[in-house]
Amino acid sequence: MSDNKDKQLFTMSAFAENAVGVLNQVTAIYTRRCINIESITASACSIPGVSKFTITCHSDRDTMDKVVRQIEKRIDVIKAFLYCDEDIVYQEVALYKVPTEKLLEEKHLEWIIRKHSARILEITPVYTVIEKTGHRDETESLFEALKRYDIRQFARSGRVTITKDPVEYVTALLAEREKDLK
Amino acid sequence: MSNSQQITGAQALIKSLIAEGVDLVFGYPGGAIMPVYDALYDCQDELKHVLVRHEQGASHAAEGYARVTRRPGVVIVTSGPGATNIITGLSDALMDSTPMVVITGQVASGMLGSEAFQETDVVAITLPITKWACQIRRPEDIPAMVARAFYIASTGRPGPVVLDVAKDAQVGMMTWRGYKKCDYIRSYNPCPALPASKLEAAAAIINEARRPIIMAGHGVSIAGAEDALKALAEKTGSPVAATLLGLSAMSSDHPLYRGMLGMHGNVAPNYMTNRADVIIGVGLRFDDRVAGLVSEYAPNARVIHIDIDPSEDNKNIKTECFIHGDAREVLEALVPMVDEARHDEWLAEFDRCDEVEKKVVIDPEVKPGKGLLKMGEVVSCVSKAFGDKAIVVTDVGQNQMFAARYSRYTEPRSMVTSGGLGTMGFGLPAAIGAKMGEPGRDVVLFVGDGGLQMTLQELGTIMQYGVNVKIVLLNNNFLGNVRQWQAMFFNNRFSQTPMLNPDFVAIAAAYGIDGENVAGRDELPAAIDRMVSHKGSYIINVNIDATDMIFPMIAPGKAVDDILIDLNTKFTL
Repeated sequence: MSDNKDKQLFTMSAFAENAVGVLNQVTAIYTRRCINIESITASACSIPGVSKFTITCHSDRDTMDKVVRQIEKRIDVIKAFLYCDEDIVYQEVALYKVPTEKLLEEKHLEWIIRKHSARILEITPVYTVIEKTGHRDETESLFEALKRYDIRQFARSGRVTITKDPVEYVTALLAEREKDLK
Repeated sequence: MSNSQQITGAQALIKSLIAEGVDLVFGYPGGAIMPVYDALYDCQDELKHVLVRHEQGASHAAEGYARVTRRPGVVIVTSGPGATNIITGLSDALMDSTPMVVITGQVASGMLGSEAFQETDVVAITLPITKWACQIRRPEDIPAMVARAFYIASTGRPGPVVLDVAKDAQVGMMTWRGYKKCDYIRSYNPCPALPASKLEAAAAIINEARRPIIMAGHGVSIAGAEDALKALAEKTGSPVAATLLGLSAMSSDHPLYRGMLGMHGNVAPNYMTNRADVIIGVGLRFDDRVAGLVSEYAPNARVIHIDIDPSEDNKNIKTECFIHGDAREVLEALVPMVDEARHDEWLAEFDRCDEVEKKVVIDPEVKPGKGLLKMGEVVSCVSKAFGDKAIVVTDVGQNQMFAARYSRYTEPRSMVTSGGLGTMGFGLPAAIGAKMGEPGRDVVLFVGDGGLQMTLQELGTIMQYGVNVKIVLLNNNFLGNVRQWQAMFFNNRFSQTPMLNPDFVAIAAAYGIDGENVAGRDELPAAIDRMVSHKGSYIINVNIDATDMIFPMIAPGKAVDDILIDLNTKFTL
């Protein structure tokens, strides 16, 4: 049935009314099809009162087209979009907590920080918190580099995304709906 | 009454329902909804309440009401178990696009999350099986939320909506400033403008068709598109097939009406699907019971799919032209755009399928002449006795398939059945709701011995309100459809399908409902006559041949032209 059953990473962005339980409705559509969510971000967007959910997962195009339409079907969802990595500018933030004493033994710490364009957020006698913003492969690469210092904690955000498309569809859609009201 | 007055949230809820035009609700009181029931006490002349015997009954009765009236069925239940008991009805209504507004009581908002007595997270449970669900915690929000609920339930693709009303919102005071119906939600656009380019593309496909089939689903009835469907069929000379829920969208008497699609549908429309060059699907989902093996579905056809729900686009089968819109608006726009055509040779092929089906399947079922009574002959006799004009309500299983196949339909909105969810126990309460929605029409319920016992308690509702429902119990002392699958696919191992049954006529009598047992063929006509002419509800308990099987059958996972016309015979033309 599907043109391409090969799984790839998709980014779905949904714009919805900022109301209780909307995120639940969106994620339930993934759960129902047993699609594991790789990352998730809920945030404000440029439109007041509108939330943006960005969810990544591995799936195929045919399934994801259906998922997006079923997300859009929810009453509180204004619009949902499906993207491949080429369609968007995106970032993730990763934080690494490493024992300070281990770092102090390292001769190449400065080189690691520079090479990965990371930065140090906090240093105490016990631990140091390093931050890296970038794509998954970049944050993972720093993780590999820091591994030997005994990473105590690691956390990575979901994606934040901006489209490369020159058209702002949600703003236009809401303006159109505003006209229907009048 | 002054324009602005101080009232409780519960009073505002009742006033809002009345202002929305609701005159009938189905429900069951309990702790967390008592303020609403107290407010209802003062308004019973304007808002009639039907006390069911189990909340599930309320939900199916509301569905039956909604199906025949095209207005939302309204249900009021309490929190906790009251709310969880309507889950089946909500899921059923979502699957079958049935408008319903359900009001559930909820514990006071300060107690939410504390596992208070009869607290259940109703919104979280119901969101996946409703079109929309929302909790109300402040009395002043009630009128606007009620308005929103009715707008969502009844527009676009209809569906069930839940309003979960915390107890403090019911007892708190608010200023009533009148009721304003909702007609706009910015994130929800139920009926966007018709896409002209798609209509032109569809018309071009139809005008090139040599072997077209129109498939009518529930959307035709929901949109009131029966006349437009007929106009399109007649102008283009196209045969029309109906899904289970599309039955009665076109009269059984119409020469272009060619029967039911699906697993137990008629041979011709199923078989010819895979020979068609154009399929015009109107308001249907192409679900697995209709489409069978999707990879072998309609390989030669260009598919036009008209649906109000854009998420149906390419959901189950690949379509060349999906038109997002109201079935009636789309069909009315299409009719002037298509050419007049005749497809006599194509229709003759349907006739040839019909001849085989009549000889091998229908005649032995309807006129067996000897042996125990068969379901098909009972349904056929009952349908005739009501002049093919009754509202047919079914339960689920063999009774449903026989009722669907062997009833004839000459009036629109005459079939009430649980299609998508296949809910046993749907029939009896749905029949009550259908009769209350259309008191001027005859309502006949076909039900099996299994399904009847799932919601048997609603005989009490029939008794209390004097509802006139004719009950045809097709009693084979078996869970017949499961039995048939056990016979066909599980080597005759009848695991947990035989039933030791009570005296159903005596049970009905205990509820003041007259009836009789029908043991044999010679007793049937007179019993049906007595049922038809009886004033009030009546039950005939018909002793059915347990080995009777429903054919034709497209086995699960098989292509739509891979049709068994009896246990061992595959249909060929």
